[in-house]
Amino acid sequence: MAHFEKASSITEWLDQRLAITTVKKVMALEYWIPKNINFLWAMGMVLAFTFALLTISGIFLLMYYQPNVDTAFDSVNYTIMSEVGFGWLWRHIHGVAASVVFLVIYIHMFTGIYYGSYKKGREMIWLSGMLLFVVFSAEAFSGYMLPWGQMSYWAGMVITNLFEGFSPDIAGGIMNAPGLVEWIRGDYVPGQAFLSRFFMLHVLLLPLVIMGLIGLHFAALRIPHVNNQDGEEFDYQEAAKLYKEGKTKESKVIPFQPVFLSKDVFVLGVYLIFFFYLVFYHFNFAMDPVNFDPADGLKTPAHIYPEWYFLWSYEILRPFPKDPGLIAFGFAQVAFFLLPFLDKSDTVAPANRRGLFKYWFWIMIVDMIVLTVMGKLPPTGIWNHIGLVAAVVFIALFVALPWVTKNENRA
Amino acid sequence: MMKNELKILGVVVVFTAILYWGVEPFAHTQMHKHVDGEHFAYSDLKENTKQGNVENGKTLVMGAGACTGCHGIEAVAHKAPMDAATAVSAYGVNPPDLSTAGGLYSEKFLANLIENPAHALKVEHKFDAAKGKMHPMPAFYGAGGDKAQEIADMVAFLKSIAPKEISPKDAYMDACGRCHANRYGKLDQLGQTPTFKSETDTLKHKVAVLEYQDKLKAYMGKLPPDLSIIIRARSEHFLETFVENPQSQLEGTSMPRVGLSAQGFEKVKAYLTQTGDPSKPAREAIGPWVLLFTLVFTVLAYLWKKSMWKDH
Amino acid sequence: MSNRRDFMGIALGGFTALAGGIPALYAMKRSWDPLPSVKAAGFTEVDLTTIPENELMTEKWRGKPIFILKKSADMPQDPRDVIAGGARYHVSIGLCTHLGCIPAYFPGEKKFKCACHGGEFDASGKNTFGPPPKPLVIPPFKVDGNKIVLGEAGPEYLEMQKSGIA
Repeated sequence: MAHFEKASSITEWLDQRLAITTVKKVMALEYWIPKNINFLWAMGMVLAFTFALLTISGIFLLMYYQPNVDTAFDSVNYTIMSEVGFGWLWRHIHGVAASVVFLVIYIHMFTGIYYGSYKKGREMIWLSGMLLFVVFSAEAFSGYMLPWGQMSYWAGMVITNLFEGFSPDIAGGIMNAPGLVEWIRGDYVPGQAFLSRFFMLHVLLLPLVIMGLIGLHFAALRIPHVNNQDGEEFDYQEAAKLYKEGKTKESKVIPFQPVFLSKDVFVLGVYLIFFFYLVFYHFNFAMDPVNFDPADGLKTPAHIYPEWYFLWSYEILRPFPKDPGLIAFGFAQVAFFLLPFLDKSDTVAPANRRGLFKYWFWIMIVDMIVLTVMGKLPPTGIWNHIGLVAAVVFIALFVALPWVTKNENRA
Repeated sequence: MMKNELKILGVVVVFTAILYWGVEPFAHTQMHKHVDGEHFAYSDLKENTKQGNVENGKTLVMGAGACTGCHGIEAVAHKAPMDAATAVSAYGVNPPDLSTAGGLYSEKFLANLIENPAHALKVEHKFDAAKGKMHPMPAFYGAGGDKAQEIADMVAFLKSIAPKEISPKDAYMDACGRCHANRYGKLDQLGQTPTFKSETDTLKHKVAVLEYQDKLKAYMGKLPPDLSIIIRARSEHFLETFVENPQSQLEGTSMPRVGLSAQGFEKVKAYLTQTGDPSKPAREAIGPWVLLFTLVFTVLAYLWKKSMWKDH
Repeated sequence: MSNRRDFMGIALGGFTALAGGIPALYAMKRSWDPLPSVKAAGFTEVDLTTIPENELMTEKWRGKPIFILKKSADMPQDPRDVIAGGARYHVSIGLCTHLGCIPAYFPGEKKFKCACHGGEFDASGKNTFGPPPKPLVIPPFKVDGNKIVLGEAGPEYLEMQKSGIA
C-alpha cells in the first residue's frame, strides 16, 4: 500500500487518492486542441449536450410511461402530456432532440469526410463514430415504437419484415420460432412482447452501449489528435511547449479548457436558440401527426415513411425489387464504415483541395439530400425514377471512390 | 477567420433548409390532396332570403308530428321522446337536442337541412329515396303555406332559443359527441362518462355504451374514431375542410356534413385543443422566456469566448 | 489569467445556474408531484345507514384502509367520536400508529389488536397497550346527513383539530 501523508486541504486529500490535479491537466487544462479550427469542431460538444438532454428528458418520461399495448398510447398522450407537471416539456424536448441529434450527427460526419479526418491514424475515430451512428439509429427506432401510435406499429411491422428473407430452417431450429421475423417480434405481429423488448432496448441496453461507445470515441481521439482546417501535421509537444511559455500567439494549439471550451459553449448557445425554438414553436416535423392515431393492426395509414434521418437508406431499398433492394440497403448501411479503406489517397486536406474528391464530396451530399426527399415522396411516377437514379449514383460513388482518390497520390 | 466561419455556416444552413423544405412542406403538398376551404359558406346550398317569424316558427317546430316528434328541445323544456339507447335502435342514430342548433350551425345549412336532409348532410350516396333508402330524418314538405317562409320561420325560432354563450364543451357534445367519443375529455357517446363506486355499475354503463356503439357501427359502417387528440393527429386545415365538407377529403365517407357555422367550428376546435393539446397555453407562456434565456446565454458565451481568444 | 476573463466565465456560469438551473430544477420537482387525477381521487363518500353496531367496516380512502365502527350504547362515549344521524361512530385510518400494520377488531373485547408488534387500541381508537405512541389517526371528514365524506375537512373535523384530537 502506498504511503499517505496527512493532507492539509480537501483538494490535497482528494489529490492523494484520485490524482485530480493530474486528471484535470490531462483531460482539460493541458489537453491540446489545434487552434486552426472553425465552429464545425464544436459539433462533438453539441452532440454530447443533446445526448444529455435526451437522457434527462428520457428519465422523466420513464417515470410515467407504461410499456403495455393497452396503456402505452394514453400514458404518453394523456398522462404525460396533460397530467404530469411539465410532462409535455420533457416529451417535446425528447422528441425534437431525437430528430435534431441526427442533423448534428450528419453535419459532424460530413465535416469529418470533408476535412479527411477519417484516415492516416484516425480510422478508429471514424469507426467508433460510425458505430455510434448505427446504435443511435437503433435507439431512435426503438424509441419510435414506444408511443404505440399508427406510425410506431407500422414502422415496426415494415422494418421487422425486412428479415423475412432469412431461412426459416434456422429460425425454426436455433431460434425456436416459426421464422426470424416472429423471433424478433416474439409474436406474429408487433404486440406486447415486441413493445416490451423494444422498451428494454430503448431505455437500458442501447443507452449503455451508446455511453460505452462515446467513451471509445473520445479515447480514439487522444493519440492521433484532433484534425484541423488544413489537415496540417505538426509537433504537438513543441506547440504545447510554446503555449506554456506564454507564446500563445505563435503556438498552433490551445488548451481544451478554457479556450476551446469557450468557443464550444458559444456555438452551443447558438444551437440552443435554434433547438428551443423548435421545441416550443415548430415540433411537428419531429412528432409526426400520424403517430397521434393509436396503433391499429387492421388499418395502414395512407402514407407510411420513416423519420427523415432514415429516408436516404430507405430510398436505397425502395426502388429495387425486394432482394436486390435488401442487398443495396445492406450496402448503404456499411458503405460509410469502409470510407477510410476505400479512400486510397494519402492526403489529409479539405475536399476542395483534393482534385476529383472535391466533386465526389459535393455529389455525395446532393445525392443524399435527393435520396432523403425521394424517400418521403410517394413512390410513383417521376419520383420513383429519380429515386432509382439517386440510389444507383450512391452505390456508384462508393464503388468509384478508390479510383477517384488513387490519382491524388501521383500528382 | 470570422468571414470564413460565416461562409461555412451559410453552406450548412442552405443544405439544411433545402433538406427541410424537401421532406416537410414540399413532401406534404405531394402526399395530401389539396382542398380549398370556403370558410363555412356552404355555397352549394341554396339561399333562403325570407325573413323568419319566431312565433310562427315555434308552432311549426313544436307542432304535432313536427320536429319535436323525434327531437328534444331542453331550452323550452321539451324532453326527447326517447332516450339515447332507444333512439339509436329506432333511427340508427340519436336525433340531437335542438336547443343549441340555432347557435352552432349555419343558418343557410339549417334551412337546407329541413328541406332536404340527405342533400344538406351530403349523404345522398348512402340515402337515396329513389332506391328506397330513406334518410331517418324526413324532408319537410311544407305545412300548407309558403314553404320557404315556413322554413325561415323555423330557423328563426331555433336561433331565438339558442343560448347567447355556448361553451366549447357543449358545442363539441352537441355537434360531434353523439357519434365520437373523447376519452381524454371523459366523454362517451352517451355524454359525460360517470364514475361509479361499484364495478357492476361501471360495467353496466360500459355495456350501455358498447351497445350504443354497435348500433352506431351498423348505421355508419364503422365506429367513428375517438377525437381526444385529433387536433394533433390532423392539420388544422384538414379538420376545417373536413368538417366543412367530409366528402372533399374522404370521398365516400359516411360522416355527414355537420353544417357548423364558422363560429361554431371555432368553439369545437377550442374544445378539441383543450383535450388534445392541453399544454398549449403553458407552452406559449414559457416559450419566450426559454428563448430569452438561450439568447442571453449566447451573448454571455460570446463575450467569454472573445475574452478567452484575445491573446490567441 | 486576467480578472476580466474570470469575470465573463463566472458571469456565464452564474447566469446559467440561476436563470437556467433553478427553473429546470423547479420543472423536475413538479414532474415528481402527485398527478391531478390522484389528488382529485382523494375524496370518498361513505353511506352510514346500513352499518350494524359493533361491527367494523373498512372503507378504502387514498389507498389506505379506513375503520368505521358504529358504537353501541354500552360503549363509552369519547370526544373522538363522529356523530352522524344521531349515532356515534369511531372513524380512523386503519393503520397502527407504531409502524403502519392494519390492526384487527375483536368485537367481544371491543378492542383493536395489531398482529405485528402487539399494540392495542380501544373502541375509540386510543392506544391502550404496547408500542403504539398515539391513538389511531382520524382522517379529514365532513358529516353530510347520514353520510360522511372522507378527505374533506368539515366543521366537526376542524373542531377536533383545534382541540388536538385529530
